[in-house]
Amino acid sequence: MGNMKLTLKIWRQNGPKAKGELNTYPVNDVSEDMSFLEMLDVLNDDLVRKGEEPIAFDHDCREGICGSCSLFINGEAHGPGRMITTCQLHMRKFKDGDTIHVEPWRAEAFPVIKDLAVDRGAFDRIQAAGGFVSVNTSGNLVDGNAVPIPKADADTAFDAATCIGCGACVATCTNSSAMLFVAAKVSQFALLPQGKPEAKRRVLAMVEQMDKEGFGNCSNTGACEVECPKGISLEHIARMNREYLAASVTKE
Amino acid sequence: MALTGLFLCIFLIAHLAGNLQLLDMSPGGQLKFNAYAKFMTTFPLVKAVSYLLYASILFHAFDGLLLAMQNRKARPIKYAYEKANASSKWFSRQMALLGTLVLVFIVIHMKQFWYEMHWGPLGMDADGNKDLYTLVAFSFTQLWYVVLYVIMMGVLAFHLMHGFASAFQSLGLNHPRYMPIIKNVGVFFAVIVPIFFALIPVWMFINA
Ligand code: HEM
Ligand code: SF4
Ligand code: FES
Repeated sequence: MGNMKLTLKIWRQNGPKAKGELNTYPVNDVSEDMSFLEMLDVLNDDLVRKGEEPIAFDHDCREGICGSCSLFINGEAHGPGRMITTCQLHMRKFKDGDTIHVEPWRAEAFPVIKDLAVDRGAFDRIQAAGGFVSVNTSGNLVDGNAVPIPKADADTAFDAATCIGCGACVATCTNSSAMLFVAAKVSQFALLPQGKPEAKRRVLAMVEQMDKEGFGNCSNTGACEVECPKGISLEHIARMNREYLAASVTKE
Repeated sequence: MALTGLFLCIFLIAHLAGNLQLLDMSPGGQLKFNAYAKFMTTFPLVKAVSYLLYASILFHAFDGLLLAMQNRKARPIKYAYEKANASSKWFSRQMALLGTLVLVFIVIHMKQFWYEMHWGPLGMDADGNKDLYTLVAFSFTQLWYVVLYVIMMGVLAFHLMHGFASAFQSLGLNHPRYMPIIKNVGVFFAVIVPIFFALIPVWMFINA
């Protein structure tokens, strides 16, 4: 079935504090129809049979919607190809005989848990700082669809909401900045009437948490937008900058 | 960063407009340029703006380097293998390096002309103004100065190639209809302004 032979250089690290290194693994029998994760499954199967420790990597849905899978493959977040996650990356993107580098997301705010798996809890804490709307659930809840929303606003909010929190934006950014992620989460509420009452508080709190987590500063290189599997646009970062500037000067 | 950066861009236009007078290398041009230099160093409003300018350069440089240092700390372990050019331009990633080179140039440039104009031993021209023109003309008979200026204008060009449009994005001014225009104006500005600046030493060298 498989027709490709590859050499993988994979980051192995036993735990958060352990020293890691790139190890070399040959893999045979790779089919071009496999996803990158399936290829890693084949390698892990092999390692387990040999009594070696399998390589830890994150994955869940394997259809590009959960944001679990990560991996910096051959120098790019989610590997070669645009608008895809690693689970959507097919081995046909590579050639027989290729050497492929596989590293975890690199950022102070995304510490390695083991091998290729990193802790993206910083994103959860940013979200918890303000990425929500407080709704009254005591029986007088308003039907969301009863509030008129211009189509263009609804569409843009939805575009922002397609962010899956994968962290590719951070991984690819030369500054390890999380601005694209935070901007998407701010925008998805800022554009909707339901999000307006808490808009100022939200943007200030989420940006504050982002800085606390140790992400770098955005210098507008634009790399995040290129590598984002969901095509989240830099316009959302500009919207967050506007919201942030306005909230900073008008806060009580 | 964005406000000081854009202010420095406006300064570049004003500075260039004044300096283009140097292209007139006749004795009349010399007197006109020296009179202009006197006006620029003595007129109160210009002096006030120049203090704002010094403050802006210092703030822009310190803040830029501080941000760059924080950004380095945000990724303590680098990638072993990285194809950075696949997703961004090298000059966008090297703003701190380009900016530092511009800063070094500004220091040399200010020592050479600004310091001498204020405190140096300058001769007087026929109208009794400090003869900055002759100092400039003499400096640009030296090939290495001309080469340094031309190279540094190239460095400035790349700083602006990213910086101009970036400042608008930082201020939240990104709109699908206007961003392409801002980017094109930015590239145009980044190419034209340094070319005209570089033209001055080259012209004075050739015509010396
Ligand atoms: C004539 C001189 C200069 C001009 C016209 C200029 C202009 C600009 C502009 C417009 C930006 C974009 C700001 C933004 O994205 O918000 C920028 C960014 C930057 N500048 Fe300058 N600059 C000059 C000199 C310098 C100097 C002397 C340094 C110091 C070392 C410097 C360091 C930086 C850095 C590090 C950035 C990136 C900061 C960031 O976006 O986070 N620049 N510059
Ligand atoms: S903005 Fe894009 S790259 Fe960043 S976390 Fe969201 S989906 Fe992933
Ligand atoms: S595993 Fe869910 S997005 Fe890749």
